Amino acid sequence: MYAQMIKTVSSGVKSRDEMSDEERAFQDKIDRDIKIEPRDWMPEDYRKTLIRQIGQHAHSEVVGQLPEGNWITRAPTLERKAILLAKVQDEAGHGLYLYSSAETLGITRDEMIELLHEGRMKYSSIFNYPTLNWADIGAVGWLVDGAAIINQVALQRTSYGPYSRAMIRICKEESFHARQGYHAIMKMAFGTPEQKRQAQDAVNRLWFPALMMFGPSDAESVHSEQSMAWKIKVKSNDELRRQFVDQTVPQIEYLGLDLPDPEIKWNEERGHYDFSDPDWKEFFDVIKGNGPCNVDRMKNRKEAWEDGAWVRDGLLAHARKRAAAKVAAE
Amino acid sequence: MADVDKNNLLQFLLRMGDNTLILGHRVSEWCGHSPVLEEDIALANTALDMIGQTQMWLGYAAEVQGEGKTADDLAFLRDAWDFRNVLLVELPNGDFGQTLMRQFLYDAWSSIMLGRLVKSSDPRVAEIAAKASKEVAYHVERSADTVVGLGDGTEESHRRMQAALDYLYPYVGEMFESDEIDRAMAEAGIAPDPASLREEYDALVARVLDEATLTVPEGKYVHKGGRNGYMHTEHLGHLLCEMQWLQRAYPGCEW
Ligand SMILES: [Fe+2]
Ligand SMILES: [Fe+2]
Ligand SMILES: [Fe+2]
Repeated sequence: MYAQMIKTVSSGVKSRDEMSDEERAFQDKIDRDIKIEPRDWMPEDYRKTLIRQIGQHAHSEVVGQLPEGNWITRAPTLERKAILLAKVQDEAGHGLYLYSSAETLGITRDEMIELLHEGRMKYSSIFNYPTLNWADIGAVGWLVDGAAIINQVALQRTSYGPYSRAMIRICKEESFHARQGYHAIMKMAFGTPEQKRQAQDAVNRLWFPALMMFGPSDAESVHSEQSMAWKIKVKSNDELRRQFVDQTVPQIEYLGLDLPDPEIKWNEERGHYDFSDPDWKEFFDVIKGNGPCNVDRMKNRKEAWEDGAWVRDGLLAHARKRAAAKVAAE
Repeated sequence: MADVDKNNLLQFLLRMGDNTLILGHRVSEWCGHSPVLEEDIALANTALDMIGQTQMWLGYAAEVQGEGKTADDLAFLRDAWDFRNVLLVELPNGDFGQTLMRQFLYDAWSSIMLGRLVKSSDPRVAEIAAKASKEVAYHVERSADTVVGLGDGTEESHRRMQAALDYLYPYVGEMFESDEIDRAMAEAGIAPDPASLREEYDALVARVLDEATLTVPEGKYVHKGGRNGYMHTEHLGHLLCEMQWLQRAYPGCEW
């Protein structure tokens, strides 16, 4: 889930009596599953919350290029290099698509990038973890894109039209990434003992950070009630996390790898796996900027943006000259 | 197809495949660091196309070599002296302007070369060229547009693009060098003599640079030694260190 811990801008869920006529009409639409479109009236808090959520999702796609890009120049075969390049290209495309969705809410891409660089917008905590061996690339596709899909499939039903459509389109590519990632880690798990060791190491390191992608437990998730009522959030954090664990444990077993958490056990009664909570203190540390890669990731992004200023300025200046020459010629 | 010395054909294919491999690798170094999201996408796409072309060229090279090797063996298990790319493509990325100028200078050559190779007497070469030339037609259009936009942009972007051109231009000449391998290829109708592409290249480059308000440097000196492997730059070894590391550290694995 790339949108995580989104603070809902709201003073609490209003009862129907407390709502204005506009608010009531808006809520009725949502309750009847009619999509909200950019030109429709919407509460200011709904708009602001969505900008946060879609913007964070977009930033995650963009920052997410870095841990995967870390291995593009070391990919072990031409085919693996091509697959990884294609994936990272897709992720950048997702970023572009999501920024456009957010722009329909009255903010520009450049404004959102500035907010990110000032630390006033966030991206998913998962991308603050390093990719340390080649199996990590498989594990990222399988676990990270896999976790993202679970959230995003739910969000296909979200109330805001442009966001919902973005999720439908993006999910198709994410599923492809997850399959390719699993295939890549399969090669490692079924390979030489050294390859298998890398696969195990990747799963051990990335398991809990992947669980953290769904955000804190429902008991601690403030603000989600309003987002649920607005159908910006469709399923609870714990529900999504449980779905991920249930889907992923058999896949780890198929790889012949040890489970990364000794507490994982099938619970016949509940019909789900039991598992340990991630270390939430670590999670909040990462969110606050103290993850293993936070500083480097932001430094990289800011440098790219600042070093590229002359390019953006140059191309813009040229486009203006062109436009002026065209007008003069007419 | 006329009878041709197998080794000459192999050398020709390595020249083609090593160019795309090394430049594709260089371009891929940009991932996530480019000036604007659209460029991240475009650079990844360019790198991806070039790696795809590498698979075709080096795949055929491995077949011609006939030692049971694969394109991956050629890419990941040769040392620098066996690489046959021109020096231009192994030069470091520099700033975005230098990367795009290098791309344009290469794309312009590549688009003309591939245009001839689609008529190659070797059907495999013709087939690869037909596929690649569609991609490269798009690459050259894009890199030319960017060179024009930045050359004729702001004062700073102009200055940077001129500096890039000054640095890179001495490496252009190597793409048009001819030796006995090229003569054998030309005689067999497999590939044109590179020297015969120069006129068309100069015209294309002059048109774009003129629009970009950039000046071709006066000096006639040509750096060479890549396409015959006589003397690569110091940069190639470092690139290979990174690119080949996994294959070297864990030999014989399936990935
Ligand atoms: Fe994505
Ligand atoms: Fe992703
Ligand atoms: Fe993805």
